[in-house]
Amino acid sequence: MNLSQISPAAPEITLTLMICVVLLADLFVPQEKRVITFWLSIASLAVTAWVIVVTASSATTLAFDGSYVSDPLSRLMKLCATGIVGVGFLYARDYLQQNDLLKGEYYLLGLFGLLGMMIMMSANSLLTMYLGLETLSLSLYALVAFERESAKAAESAMKYFVLGAIASGALLYGISWVYGVTGTLHFHEIAEVIRQNPGLNDVPLWFGIAFMIVGIAFKFGAVPFHMWLPDVYQGARSPVTLYIATAPKIAALALLFRILVDGLGELHGVWQGMIMVVAVLSLLIGNIVAIAQSNIKRMLGYSAIAHVGFILLAVFTGSETGYAAALFYTLTYIVMAAGAFGMVILLSRQGFEAEAIRDFKGLNARNPWFALMMLFFMFGMAGVPPWVGFIAKLNVINAVLEAGFPGLAVLMVLASVVGAYYYLRVIWYMYFDAPEDRSVFQSQADTRFVLSLNGIAVLALGILPGWLLKLCIDVIGHS
Amino acid sequence: MFHAILFYSFAAILVVAALGVIFARNPVHAVMFLVLAFFQSAVLWLLAEAEFLAIVLVLVYVGAVMVLFLFVVMMLDVEVEEIRGGYTRYAPLGIVIAGLMVVELAQVIWLRGKEGFAVDGFRPTPEGYSNTEALGSVLYTEHVYAFEIAAVILLLAIVAAISLTMRRRPGLKQQDIASQVAVRAQDRVRIVKMASEKPE
Amino acid sequence: MTALIPDFVMLPWMAFWEGLPPLMQLLFSKTTLIVFVTVCIILTVAFTTYFERKVIGYMQGRIGPNRVGPLGLGQPFADVIKLLIKEIVVPQKSNRFLFIIAPLLSIVPALATWAVIPLNPTTVIADINAGLLYVLALTSVGVYGVILAGWATNSKYAFLGAMRSAAQIVAYEIAMGFALVGVLMAGGSLNLGDITRAQAGGVSHWFILPLLPLFLVYFISGVAETNRAPFDVAEGESEIVAGFHVEYSGVAFAVFFLAEYANMVLISALTSIFFLGGWASPFEGWTFLGAESLLREPSFFWLAVKIAFFIFVFFWLRATFPRYRYDQIMRLGWKVFIPITIVWIAVEGVMAWLRIGPWSGMAG
Repeated sequence: MNLSQISPAAPEITLTLMICVVLLADLFVPQEKRVITFWLSIASLAVTAWVIVVTASSATTLAFDGSYVSDPLSRLMKLCATGIVGVGFLYARDYLQQNDLLKGEYYLLGLFGLLGMMIMMSANSLLTMYLGLETLSLSLYALVAFERESAKAAESAMKYFVLGAIASGALLYGISWVYGVTGTLHFHEIAEVIRQNPGLNDVPLWFGIAFMIVGIAFKFGAVPFHMWLPDVYQGARSPVTLYIATAPKIAALALLFRILVDGLGELHGVWQGMIMVVAVLSLLIGNIVAIAQSNIKRMLGYSAIAHVGFILLAVFTGSETGYAAALFYTLTYIVMAAGAFGMVILLSRQGFEAEAIRDFKGLNARNPWFALMMLFFMFGMAGVPPWVGFIAKLNVINAVLEAGFPGLAVLMVLASVVGAYYYLRVIWYMYFDAPEDRSVFQSQADTRFVLSLNGIAVLALGILPGWLLKLCIDVIGHS
Repeated sequence: MFHAILFYSFAAILVVAALGVIFARNPVHAVMFLVLAFFQSAVLWLLAEAEFLAIVLVLVYVGAVMVLFLFVVMMLDVEVEEIRGGYTRYAPLGIVIAGLMVVELAQVIWLRGKEGFAVDGFRPTPEGYSNTEALGSVLYTEHVYAFEIAAVILLLAIVAAISLTMRRRPGLKQQDIASQVAVRAQDRVRIVKMASEKPE
Repeated sequence: MTALIPDFVMLPWMAFWEGLPPLMQLLFSKTTLIVFVTVCIILTVAFTTYFERKVIGYMQGRIGPNRVGPLGLGQPFADVIKLLIKEIVVPQKSNRFLFIIAPLLSIVPALATWAVIPLNPTTVIADINAGLLYVLALTSVGVYGVILAGWATNSKYAFLGAMRSAAQIVAYEIAMGFALVGVLMAGGSLNLGDITRAQAGGVSHWFILPLLPLFLVYFISGVAETNRAPFDVAEGESEIVAGFHVEYSGVAFAVFFLAEYANMVLISALTSIFFLGGWASPFEGWTFLGAESLLREPSFFWLAVKIAFFIFVFFWLRATFPRYRYDQIMRLGWKVFIPITIVWIAVEGVMAWLRIGPWSGMAG
């Protein structure tokens, strides 16, 4: 084996090496200077991002005997995931410090999770995909249980672990079926085998697909496999929730794309129906149940379920427009989610978790700038023009209409209208209620700066969505 | 013929052992049945000339995993009767699922036979073939990526397990072996020279 | 051989033998070999107990057994007869089945491992490719006897002994396995015969030189795996009476005893094979011994000498060191031995890369 055979995997290799550096360095850092670990982690992310950019090309390269693929789609996803994990680390820093949770393991597990996501984004075989998924899930379970003294965190970690293990089992079972029927693990070979043997399009393969969709839907948190999501969002500490709510969504999209589109694209007609049921249920239940929530993390959890409904409906169309819309939606959604959870973290302080929607009361009187930022995030998620959420939703609706499902498009519009209610409620609290709590935010300047930038990005992307949209379409077209 | 007799007798013991795992009233007996089941599966693999897998199965599962299992089971006071209550309640569901899986597996085998996939019987490997070598060469070439990821997962598991369980309890007395080893006689013993005295 | 047996026995026997199907021939010859090896081991164990009492006796300024037979050589047989005619007491609240089967579980792996041990350049019961793994697997299975005995007895002393033994064996097995990875790298094979052959060519070719740290780790872990002093906390007669076999008596106890000594002999044999060239003669290549000297030929004799030496080291350790404390045993296993072996495997990798030591003749 020479170097050129493994060079496509340079980002993963770099990240792994950097994880080892952080792991060893953290051992020798005294507790008071734990911030060093934070900066080292940020440096690791920066180096990884640099490697991704440097090695980028428009070509699609296979490596490791076809179990690894490096294409524009994977590179875009990896870059976004790396960036959003870095933003999450930054938001979390002051919070962790104030709550005595600043430990090297938080960053290590976060980096390991990112590695898992990157493996998933570049997986070209069912085996690699599964291993990447396990790397990601294992880090997430540990992150949720990160605060050991909290019974709530332990409970949600346990729920997440048990349900996640069942979902992994379902996915693996589906994988074994597909492997048993097609005789190969590589996605491009699976597609080839199915193309050449139309007779394979039969019950056993459908069975495998159904099980794999169960696994995928669980990882996305789509109804009816969403039970873990609100509990985990609520039970985990806010920085962990921020982590779970952002980057893993891109990884889940990669899982969906690689398996269903790259591998089983020929059987679009088979999985379309299953995806539709899951997506419609997610849209309805996510939006309706979110209204009843008084805990903002839980509310954002249900809102995530609703957003997943949109993403799945975009994939459901089976067209390139749809795939590009799904990618665009996911990338912009995680920016908004990062900002919203960043606000929750910003409002929290030592021994106080700003979890209730009530805690946002009178934010405008306390700090008009960050109230405005929260307004941006909420309008963005609700899909109000000119914020970016509107463009994203419009794209998806457009793709669904193009595919010839006007009924679904109407449903999506209605769901958005219902969803607007609970986002607007937060804004109502911020602007038209008196503050109950007048403490000063304790974040450092760089965090505030990035959070502001995050808010402005939600607006800027909404006004100038063209370049990102074009990038998404290009990337999908090339992959 | 001889091969078939061996296969079916060991397979029969395997099935009996697997049933024993479920039906044993004593958890320690259940674990021992599981050990027996592992041994029998190892023998079946040996019959298929997969000696590496067979021995590693015994080494890893019987030699390490089941020892720790036994360790835990012996420490716990498991109320078998209590668990048994749930067992009879869920038995019908379990039987249905087991039956479904048998049907499904049979169907996959049938399908692979139908679609022109070559399904061969057991073929003895040629002289000088080493299962270990063959496995190693595939593992380190074709599947090296998956293999390395598995290694990373193990590292991650260590980090996760330690971060969740290790705690420095205050007031815990621990010995510092290095300082114990580094101790010298002059640090501990003071030799006092004094003139000898005579009793009066 | 033919001279010893008269023709009127030999000829019909040969005719009968030729007439058997090949499978039966194989079965018959292997069974004979197995029975022969097993009987030899049991006799060795018997005299090992005598050897131990003599060695420790002299080390402590005593004479040791000298009453039964000439030089006390009949002592082991007297002991065996005594144990055989004693009653096996099964404690009332014990788990009867496991209580009885536990000694068997501990003796069987100790004897079964001999299947892959090459006794001389041509004799081995099963010449399998994965011999080294087989050895590892079976030595790790031996712990079941101890654990089950401790649990089935239903006594807290026995249970404590079993728990200690289980944790200890699991810990030291890892170090042992890693040490054997080093041997595997040096020998280039998992077959014990091939590993021995890789060490042919005199003392300078034995693996003990390039793998000295692994040799020490392996042998000390071997002492720990057999629960011998100074690692005998599983028995620890001064703390937990006699540990896992506190309630065993008669033949059941004898079987445990047999297993412990058989394991000692086994570890000695394995150490000889892995690090000291097994059957190879230390005088290989020494021309001044004469052209036809038997001393230079590889033979079972040399293996036996090496085994005897290591058995002696076992007793020497027992007579010299006080018992380790339990946490110190764990610390030694996890924090000292495992890192040493991992580092040395890396060193070996570098040596192989630079073609130093046993790798000098390696191609490509």
